[in-house]
Amino acid sequence: MTVSSNSPSVPAIEVRGLRKSFGPVEVLKGIDLTAHEGEVLSILGASGSGKSTMLRCINMLETPDGGDIVVAGEKVAMKPGPHGKSRVADRGQVQRIRSELGMVFQSFNLWSHKTVIENIIEAPIHVQKRSRTEAIEEAEALLAKVGIADKRNHYPSHLSGGQQQRAAIARALAMRPKVMLFDEPTSALDPELVGEVLRVMRSLAEEGRTMLVVTHEMGFARDVSSRVVFLHQGAIEEQGTPQEMFANAKSERFRKFISG
Amino acid sequence: MDFPFLYETFLTLIAALPLTLQLAATAIAFGAILALGLALCRISGILPLDWFARLYIFIFRGSPLLVQIFLIYYGLGQFREVRHSMFWFILRDPYWCAVIALMLNTAAYAAEIIRGGLLSVPHGQVEAARSCGMSPFMVFRRITLPLAVRQALPAYSNEMISMVKATSLASIITIMEVTGVAAKLISETFRAIEVFVVAGFIYLAINFVLTRLVAFVEYRLSPHMRQPAPLSAATVAGEIR
Repeated sequence: MTVSSNSPSVPAIEVRGLRKSFGPVEVLKGIDLTAHEGEVLSILGASGSGKSTMLRCINMLETPDGGDIVVAGEKVAMKPGPHGKSRVADRGQVQRIRSELGMVFQSFNLWSHKTVIENIIEAPIHVQKRSRTEAIEEAEALLAKVGIADKRNHYPSHLSGGQQQRAAIARALAMRPKVMLFDEPTSALDPELVGEVLRVMRSLAEEGRTMLVVTHEMGFARDVSSRVVFLHQGAIEEQGTPQEMFANAKSERFRKFISG
Repeated sequence: MDFPFLYETFLTLIAALPLTLQLAATAIAFGAILALGLALCRISGILPLDWFARLYIFIFRGSPLLVQIFLIYYGLGQFREVRHSMFWFILRDPYWCAVIALMLNTAAYAAEIIRGGLLSVPHGQVEAARSCGMSPFMVFRRITLPLAVRQALPAYSNEMISMVKATSLASIITIMEVTGVAAKLISETFRAIEVFVVAGFIYLAINFVLTRLVAFVEYRLSPHMRQPAPLSAATVAGEIR
């Protein structure tokens, strides 16, 4: 059952009691997190704190061992699997929910055998079955928006990292997603290219898009996000508005984390 | 040099070229399909399938093609059940026996080449496809396979060349392809050098065309691995104006 995502009472993303282990290592120890529509969440934490895993569990690139993922009021159906871990119950549902979540990866992951425009229209045409003309029109508008309209027919390997990441953002936006998920989108970039990607992300935030951003960019977390979530060893240590968190966080670890 | 004889030999042998090409093309085409299935078995992670494919590859790569041809053409006919089966009309025909042997053999080699191609596909690109909501089959068809083919093509062209040459073994089971006709011609004229030189030249010519063809396909499939085309004169002129 799908509940309209426009009603303010239904969170865009709801994570309840999320658990995940890789072998003997417990990466997520029961995470509860809610993102309302229009919110920009910056998810911070040291490497190994589980922030990327949490993001990847939301669109089921990692299968949670336990807990619930609810996207716009729709719970991802899980069933019990071996070793007490849960499994995806309905692949079709997962595929549909994934198409409603735009994912941006640390290493861009553009399809190397397709040009920029082909990358962007691929899923709208083949997954969402939209018309080619419409998909191309929208793709060109998105390319203009992220500032690489002139790279339309280039292959990813012919672009700089910053241009590739902006193309990847356009690709995610082309699905008209309800929520954008960013997994360390600037961590693989040369320092001088970080700015152009952050500018695009900031403009998306200003449009009122719902965004979950795993990042190390403190400036983005402080200036752009509506909430900062700090993870430590697979649990949420503290969360709050950037003002609260950066001015007077209760967590000693967070204060240490931001002071470097 | 007896040029008139060489020329006559060439005309006789070239008449058998269509059969050689047909043998090679059929074996390669069916072999490729079988190879894709075997490669998928190998990487499926399902142990019985993996073992089956491993065993198959071990047997067909590890034993001589000539022995395989003999076993299929002469060997299978020994069994009453085979002679009375619905497949007998195929298995009693030397042409189809040769095609089957070549196909089964090339599939074993090609399976490992395709497996290498599939394993070379960057995991991140597959993950990006899944995160767009593609089904596993669509991910395979739209992303994994096209990338794997591009990666496997250079090695696969080796296997295709081998197959063209391997068709000459079919002459052993009475098939009158280029080598078969050449052998017959030698038994009639006793001029082994001239006849085999001409036969060898025909195989060289086939493989020359084949390698150029593969190179062309490779070129067309990999614009992303080249430098972007320099601005054409027209574009430059347009910008100046």
